[in-house]
Amino acid sequence: MEILERKSRTLQVSIKLVFVVVGMFGFGYLMVPIYNILCDITGLNGKTGIISTVQAGELVIDEDRWVNVEFTGTVNVSGPWDFKPGQDSIKVRPGKQYKISYTAKNLADREVVGQAVPSVAPRVASKYFSKTECFCFTSQVFEANEEKDMPVVFVVDPALPKSVDSLVLSYTFFDTGEK
Amino acid sequence: MSAAADSHHDDHHHGPEKNFVKRWLYTTNHKDLGTLYLWFAFAMFFVGGLMALVIRAELFSPGLQFVDPQFFNSMTTMHAIVMIFGGVMPAFVGLANWMIPMMIGGPDMALPRLNNWSFWIMPFALAIFLSTLLMDGGGPASGWTLYAPLSLQGGDSFAFVIVSIHFMGISSVMGSINIIATILNMRAPGMTLMKMPLFVWTWLITAFLLIAVIPVFAGAVTMLLTDRYFGTSFFSAAGGGDPVMYQHIFWFFGHPEVYILILPAFGIVSQIIPTFARKPLFGYSSMVYATGSIAFLSFIVWAHHMFTVGMPLAGELFFMFATMMIAVPTGVKVFNWIATMWRGSMTFETPMLFALGFVVMFTFGGFSGLMLAMTPADIQYHDTYFVVAHFHYVLVPGAIFSIIAACYYWLPKWTGNMYDERLGKIHFWSSTFFVNLLFFPMHFVGLAGMPRRIPDYNLQFADMNMWASIGAFGFGGSQLLLLYIVIKCIKGGEKATDQVWEGAEGLEWTVASPAPYHTFETPPEIK
Amino acid sequence: MKSTSLKKAIATAIGLTLGGSVMAADKHSTPLNMTQGATDISHEVYDLHMAIFYVCCVIGLAVFGVMFYSIFKHRKSKGAVAAKFHHSTTVEIIWTAVPLIILISMAIPAAKTLIAMEDTSEADMTVKITGLQWKWHYEYMGEDVSFYSQLNAEHNIARQLDSGVDVSQYHWYLKDVDNELVLPVGKKIRFLHTAADVIHAWWVPALAVKKDAIPGFINENWAMINEPGVYRGKCAELCGRDHGFMPVVVRAVSQEEFDAWLIEKKGGTAEPVAVAEAAPAAEGSNTAVATAGGGGAAAEVSMESQMARGGEVYAQQCAACHQVNGQGIPPTFPAITGSAVATGPVDAHIDIIANGKPGTAMAAFKGRLSDEDIAAVITFQRNGLGNSVGDSVQASQVAGN
Repeated sequence: MEILERKSRTLQVSIKLVFVVVGMFGFGYLMVPIYNILCDITGLNGKTGIISTVQAGELVIDEDRWVNVEFTGTVNVSGPWDFKPGQDSIKVRPGKQYKISYTAKNLADREVVGQAVPSVAPRVASKYFSKTECFCFTSQVFEANEEKDMPVVFVVDPALPKSVDSLVLSYTFFDTGEK
Repeated sequence: MSAAADSHHDDHHHGPEKNFVKRWLYTTNHKDLGTLYLWFAFAMFFVGGLMALVIRAELFSPGLQFVDPQFFNSMTTMHAIVMIFGGVMPAFVGLANWMIPMMIGGPDMALPRLNNWSFWIMPFALAIFLSTLLMDGGGPASGWTLYAPLSLQGGDSFAFVIVSIHFMGISSVMGSINIIATILNMRAPGMTLMKMPLFVWTWLITAFLLIAVIPVFAGAVTMLLTDRYFGTSFFSAAGGGDPVMYQHIFWFFGHPEVYILILPAFGIVSQIIPTFARKPLFGYSSMVYATGSIAFLSFIVWAHHMFTVGMPLAGELFFMFATMMIAVPTGVKVFNWIATMWRGSMTFETPMLFALGFVVMFTFGGFSGLMLAMTPADIQYHDTYFVVAHFHYVLVPGAIFSIIAACYYWLPKWTGNMYDERLGKIHFWSSTFFVNLLFFPMHFVGLAGMPRRIPDYNLQFADMNMWASIGAFGFGGSQLLLLYIVIKCIKGGEKATDQVWEGAEGLEWTVASPAPYHTFETPPEIK
Repeated sequence: MKSTSLKKAIATAIGLTLGGSVMAADKHSTPLNMTQGATDISHEVYDLHMAIFYVCCVIGLAVFGVMFYSIFKHRKSKGAVAAKFHHSTTVEIIWTAVPLIILISMAIPAAKTLIAMEDTSEADMTVKITGLQWKWHYEYMGEDVSFYSQLNAEHNIARQLDSGVDVSQYHWYLKDVDNELVLPVGKKIRFLHTAADVIHAWWVPALAVKKDAIPGFINENWAMINEPGVYRGKCAELCGRDHGFMPVVVRAVSQEEFDAWLIEKKGGTAEPVAVAEAAPAAEGSNTAVATAGGGGAAAEVSMESQMARGGEVYAQQCAACHQVNGQGIPPTFPAITGSAVATGPVDAHIDIIANGKPGTAMAAFKGRLSDEDIAAVITFQRNGLGNSVGDSVQASQVAGN
């Protein structure tokens, strides 16, 4: 009698633990969206935000403050590009929209498809840095040896912490090999 | 599952199966499986140890003498995985299998057939893992952490690595379910939770940690697999992913994993010290609570492995403070052990020597851990030999010394014979001497600027590396002595009494030596 | 925190037990301890490191003192009889609270230093550092100066398996590079870190600067160097086969020297044919493209000079993977000797060097190397390393590809 009872308790415990195991496996995957949300809220990984032109227009321009924005471009080894910003840096007023551009030239004799990935330093600044238009929203198709001028329209949120006087916008071009 | 228990019930009144292959292949007996686990772990310690010796041979002097850097990286990677998943973890599971039912007065593990299965997965998992060395492109070479995107470069042996890790994980998870079910359901009447020996307690907590984090690791490596072969981009920036996220997921598993490797060691030492001090364990309940706190803290400190990836300041501060907090419950444990010795009546047989070696050298590892917790200093220490010294102090004279101590401690109960005490003492002193010669100089080269995972170095590091390599060969050689001592003890020796040690207390010392094939079929009475 | 005499006393005590190692630790830049470094931050980090070390020593002496006293005193062979106590709430509260207080007193200065380390604002200049397998690329932001920096070529030959070279002849073995990162002293320099393939970590101990370089992401930290000098470091994050062979060398000079160097560097990059030493590294991608456009009618370069130059480029760029002797490490890094590419049609060979091979570690070198260098290295691969195709490839062929 006691042995039977023990068996059923063992079964119950085991089943519960199997649920925990399955649940924790799921939690591993759940960490992906959790991480992304956390990054959106805190700027944890330096990814930039996207806002609509309307939202950007509603920001109040801070006329008392200059923020220096530097630009840089990196080409991942996967791709045959020459890629650089059209200007080294500009001084901006928080809240105001600015348009800058990057140039990319496909150095290969074939069509290549690339994806630009934006990143902002310092990371605390990334959630205050938003783009209304960017070549990084979609992947870019380059004909053989094609050179492109690619614009970015961005705005720095006036809520940017006062301790940040300068930030860097970086793009890395990856060959994705597909459209 | 009930069928499993039934068949088990059938062989209750028989001894072990006579046919050798059948006995070991089909056994569901916790003692047989414990023995299998321990021998398997012993074999893997030698395999992983040989890999370490390849590393130390190459690092004996500057310049590349023996191996290609890629193969060197494979060795560091595989040494870690073999030692962690093939050595330390199975050894602890083996000890749990042998001792937990006897310590809580139960007849066997709660799920004997599952027990057989979870053991026999291990040799296949490790065989698949080791076979990657023979494949095109060689074994995994991206470090045991398998950081993306580096781990995604290289040959297709990667898929085999992931599969073998899954099997190792399945084995550990099944073993843990079994241990939890055993501890919760198989205790003799009157054996309340707060009367359980500390080894059982620490294993209960460890098993919960395993169940919580091994599946997360399985998820992380599955993501690597799909990133590599099925076009997902969890960890590739090009597809909107983030390689740093892999590190977060990995260390969410990885840090509790570190405690999985050390909590049962705490339990073992808490069994041995009272026996040889002939005095009850000081602060039993605070030991249990400290173990619980360490387990809890292990879930909120993972990012201290990632202070250089570029976290926000608030995150770095939080993980620094949380990490430093771990020193408090760990300190409580060390103080309790010393208070147990205080005004005891101590003798120093080999298990006690290894346990004391554990206390001293694990505390060394704890000190360097405290130094590593300080984020600004960690930025200098990170990924240097200082870190290598730190975690090897915690794991070798820490976890592995505790396993050796446990083997000496319970060997007379397992075999019915006393081991050779003189050889045991020689084994302890040579192991202790060489393990320090091996790992202590690593602190210095690390502080002086030698990064980890490099096959070649500047002349300035040459002396210390030479000493470390000599220590490595000495330590490896000392373990051959252990093999000899164990075999000698199995073959014969002075007959052990039932209690074995004068100060030993607990249910396992009330049964005959060697322990009969079936123990506590009728539950013992608990005072 | 502690009086200096106490510090010294402890250092001596520990030093004696550890074979004098910590005695040496108090001296500047000994090989057994962390460097004090050349920045205010690195000094702060060193002080923190020593402070926590001394705290650990004191705790260790106290704890092990009690333990060994007990081991010698309370042993059965000396007739010790075991006491029965197994609990004391007072003692347990004390040894929980005391460590807590010590920890908090350590955490406060650590937090202060950390906050200072993370403050990259008001930087005077910015250097972007890109990690690649297995070299660094430095770019002086806004100055149009950029170059690659990798392991000293002699060391690169010496460090090969079975090279037969005695590495002890090189004082800075594996710690020297072809192109140093030159920085001015007394300026707050912000470093931006990123990578073009896998994760690397740029580490210079003397600057207390270590940061992961992550592909697709940009990280930053900073240093203000107090004293001129040469500061050496390493890649700290495992980045594949030659992780151990990508050193960092920073040369800190006065502002005037730095300005002069920068002007020279800018002038240097304008020369269409750079001298061999600077050739693989000194030319930024801009120049490479410009030369390709303007140098279409350049005169043919002789076979001998092509082979000589190609050999140097090969040693710098290719030998890490394809090996000095061209045998490669199959299957990841194929052999060049006798390969279908290096002995087959020249256009396919140019294509693979210029554009890389997607999905493998083979990078696209167009834009990274000048067309002249690409032509030279292709010539070398076709006519050296045991191959003898016999054709000499010209920059114009590369430019048209």
